Amino acid sequence: MKDFAALFRAIDQSTRTTSKVAALADYFRTAPEEDRVWTIALFSGRRPKRAVTTTRLREWAAERANLPLWLFEDSYSVVGDLAETIALVLPPPESESDLGLSYWISYLQDIANADEDTRKARVLAAWDQLDTTERLLFNKLMTGGFRIGVSQKLMTRALAQATGKPEPELAHRLMGDWTPASTDWHTLIEAADSAADASRPYPFYLAHALDDPETLGTPGDWLAEWKWDGIRAQLIHREGAHFIWSRGEELMTDRFPELAMLRDVLPDGTVIDGELVAWDADTGAPQPFAALQKRIGRKSVPKALLRDAPVLLLAYDLLEHGGQDIRDLPFAERHAQLDATLAALPDDAPLRPSPLIAFDTWTDLAAIRAEARANRAEGLMLKRADGPYLSGRKRGGWWKWKLEPLTVDGVMIYAQAGHGRRANLFTDFTFAVWDGPDLVPFTKAYSGLSDSEFARITAWVNRNTMQRFGPVRQVTPHHVFEIAFEGIQQSPRHKSGVALRFPRMARWREDKSATQANTLDDLLELLRLYG
Amino acid sequence: MTRDPVLTFTQQGIYCPAGDFHIDPWRPVDRALITHGHADHARPGHGRYLATDLAAPVIRHRLGEITLDTVPYGEARRIGGASVSFHPAGHVPGSAQIRVEVAGEVWVASGDYKLADDGLSDPFEPLRCHAFITESTFGLPVFRWQPQASIADELNDWWRACQQDGLTPLLGAYALGKAQRLLHMLDPEIGPILTHGAVEATTKILRTQGLRLPATVPVTPDTKAADHPGALVLAPPSALGSRWARRFAPVSTGFASGWMALRGIRRRRAGDRGFVVSDHADWTGLNRAIKETGAEKIFVTHGYTDVFTRWLNEQGIQAQVVPTAFGADEDSE
Ligand SMILES: [Zn+2]
Ligand SMILES: [Zn+2]
Repeated sequence: MKDFAALFRAIDQSTRTTSKVAALADYFRTAPEEDRVWTIALFSGRRPKRAVTTTRLREWAAERANLPLWLFEDSYSVVGDLAETIALVLPPPESESDLGLSYWISYLQDIANADEDTRKARVLAAWDQLDTTERLLFNKLMTGGFRIGVSQKLMTRALAQATGKPEPELAHRLMGDWTPASTDWHTLIEAADSAADASRPYPFYLAHALDDPETLGTPGDWLAEWKWDGIRAQLIHREGAHFIWSRGEELMTDRFPELAMLRDVLPDGTVIDGELVAWDADTGAPQPFAALQKRIGRKSVPKALLRDAPVLLLAYDLLEHGGQDIRDLPFAERHAQLDATLAALPDDAPLRPSPLIAFDTWTDLAAIRAEARANRAEGLMLKRADGPYLSGRKRGGWWKWKLEPLTVDGVMIYAQAGHGRRANLFTDFTFAVWDGPDLVPFTKAYSGLSDSEFARITAWVNRNTMQRFGPVRQVTPHHVFEIAFEGIQQSPRHKSGVALRFPRMARWREDKSATQANTLDDLLELLRLYG
Repeated sequence: MTRDPVLTFTQQGIYCPAGDFHIDPWRPVDRALITHGHADHARPGHGRYLATDLAAPVIRHRLGEITLDTVPYGEARRIGGASVSFHPAGHVPGSAQIRVEVAGEVWVASGDYKLADDGLSDPFEPLRCHAFITESTFGLPVFRWQPQASIADELNDWWRACQQDGLTPLLGAYALGKAQRLLHMLDPEIGPILTHGAVEATTKILRTQGLRLPATVPVTPDTKAADHPGALVLAPPSALGSRWARRFAPVSTGFASGWMALRGIRRRRAGDRGFVVSDHADWTGLNRAIKETGAEKIFVTHGYTDVFTRWLNEQGIQAQVVPTAFGADEDSE
C-alpha cells in the first residue's frame, strides 16, 4: 500500500494538474501491473465488492478508538468522509506493512464471505498495521467512492504519457463493463482492441456553457435543438442485446424496462446519444423533471409508475450505425442518418428524435429560447453542423445556452455548519419570504457563495445566533440572498407550499435590508407561471 | 450555604464580582485582565488593562495607547476581594491562564492553550482548581497533533524540494505566535527566510523581549526573488494569493494550521501543502488538561462546545457551554 499511498499523497498535495499527471504516469510505468489495473478501476468508479457494511465499520472504529458511537458520528459529520474519520480516530498502528494495493483488495475479497467475527478481527488487524494515509485508502476500498481529485480525463492523459497510446483510444478502452477480475493490463491497455465487449459505450461529448451566441459567428454554421431536462443517456443495441448507460457510466438498463422493445425494432449495431424523459402522451411533451425523479434509483418499477411516468429517449445523436463508429462524420450527416433510422420505427416506440429547431438569426433564436420553459426544456443546445462527436468536455463544437434561472430574494433565518472541505464554516442556510409580518421558510441552499463569503457569513452567524437547536443556529433575520433555481412546483410537505429545483445562492444582497426580501405571494405567482 | 460563583458570565465577558474586573471582555469595561494578545481576547476600549509582562509589548503594539499594568507569571495580585495570578498557557509567548481565588475557592480562565512545548512559549502549567473555563477549538477526537519535530521535518523537506524544483516556498501563518513557532521549526541552514511586514513586526517585538529566533529578511517593495536564491517566505495567510506574493512566482504555497488535519479543508485552502501546526490543544490535550485541574465544574467557551460538553458530562465531569465572543477565523488557529 506504500506506493499507492505515495501516489495518493502526491496527487492530494498538489493543485497543479501537470504534477498530478506526472505522478500518475510514473505510477503507471513502475507499479506492479495488477496494482495499475486496480488503480484505473478505482479512479474510474469501479470498486471491490463491499466486504463490510458501513454500519459495522463505524461500530468497530468507535469501539477500537474507545469512543461512544454518537461522538464518532458527530466527528464524521464534521469530517464529511467516513474513511477519513476512521483513519483519524483510530489509535496509532502497532506495526508496519509492505504489502501492495492488490494484496489488500484480495484480503478484503477473502473476508467478504466470512462470518462477522472473522471479518471484524481481520479489519482490526489491517488497521493495526497501516499508517493514517494507508488506513484512509484501505477504508476507501471498503466504503467506495475514490474521488480524490483525479478525473477520468486526467487519468487518461497520464496513461497516454505512460504508454504512448492516444488519449481518445484509451478513453474508449476504459469505458464499459470490465472489472479487474475480467481483464488485465495487457488486454485493457495494450492488446489490439478488437474483442471489445458489446456493452461498451462511447465517452460522452459534453457541452460548454454559452453566454452570447453572437460569439459563434454565422448562424448557418450551427444547428439548434432543445436542451431537455432529463437524464443524459446512451442507448446501445449490439449482438441482440440492449444497454442503457448514464453519463456517469452507470448501467441503467433494468430501470427502464419499457425501452427493451427497441431491441426488436432498432437495427443491430446502433448507438444513440439522447435524453431520458418521462413522457406525457396527452401533451406530446416531457413531464416535469419531478415525474422522472420518481423513476431514478428504482431498480424495479411498479406498474402504476410505469403507467404514470413512462420513459422515452429523445435522441440527440447517432454514434454507431450498422456496427460502424461514425463519430467522425459531421453532425449534420450523423443527424440525417439518425432521422432515417428513427423514421423506420413504429409510432409508439419509446424513442424519438429531438427535433432540430430552424432559425435564421441569433435574435430569432433568442426569442425561441425564451419559450424553453413552456416546452419543458432548460434552454437550447447549439452544435456545429460540420463538427465530429468528441469525447469529454471540449470547447468549440457544442454549446449549451440555458435559460436564466428563476430568482427570489430570501432572508436567511437558520444556519448550519458544513462538512468536509467546509467543516468549520456555516454553509447550509434556510431562507424565508414574508407572509404579512411573518417569515415563512421556503428553501435551503448551501452552494453559490465563495469561500471568503462563507468565512464572512460564519463570523456573522457566530455573533448573531439567537437560539441553538442542536447543530442548527437560528440567526437574526438580517441578510438577504438572491436564491436562483431551475424550477418550482407545488409541495404540501413544505410550509410555504412550494418546492424549488436546484436552489442555490446566486448573490448575497448586502444592498438590501430584510424587509426588502420577496413575499410568499411573489413565490406563488412564480408557481402559477412556471409550476 | 451556597457561595457566590467566583466568576460569572455577562454581556461584557467573564466577570469577577469580588474583584470587579473582567477577563478578556468583548465589550468596553473599566478593568480588563487579558490572557493574551490575539484579537478575540485583547480588544480596544477598556479603562485599564492587566497582562503578563511577556504579553504586554504585543498588546501595546496592537492596541496603541492604553493604560496597561503588567505582572510576571506566578505572582499573586490582590484585586478587591480576589487574589489573582497569571500562569503559562503554552498558547503563544506571554499567554496566560488567569487563576482567581476568592475565599479559598479557585477558578481558572484558561483563554487559549496547548499542552505541547513549542520551544518558545513557557509550557502550559496544570493548575488545580474548583472550576475551569476551557476552549474546545479542536474538541473532536479526529484532532490529534503529531510531535513538533516530525512536522518540522516535513516543513524543511518541503523547503528543500522547492529549492530543487526552482519554486519559492510561500508559507502562510498567523503573525502572532504561529509565525514565530514556524521560524523556530525552520532550519536556517537551508536558506534565507524572508518575512512579510506583519510577521516581521511581531517577530521584532518578541525578539527584543529575549526570544531566540533565526535571522529574517523583511520584504520591502524593492525585494526581488532573484536576490534571495533558495529563500522561504513567511507571510500572513491573507497575503498568499495577493499581488504582494506575485514577485516570488513561481511559488509553492503552504499553510500551517490545526485545520490542515482535515483533508477537505486542506483542499479548500487550495494551497500546495498543509502543515498541521496548532497553538490550541488537541483532543488528547484538552482531556488531559481538564483531568489535571481536578475541577468539579467545567465551562466550555468556544469551538466544538456542544459535542465536547456532552462528552465531558458522559465522562462524569460536570460541564456546560458558555456562549462567548471568543474564537476567531480559521486563519488564526
Ligand atoms: Zn489565541
Ligand atoms: Zn482565541
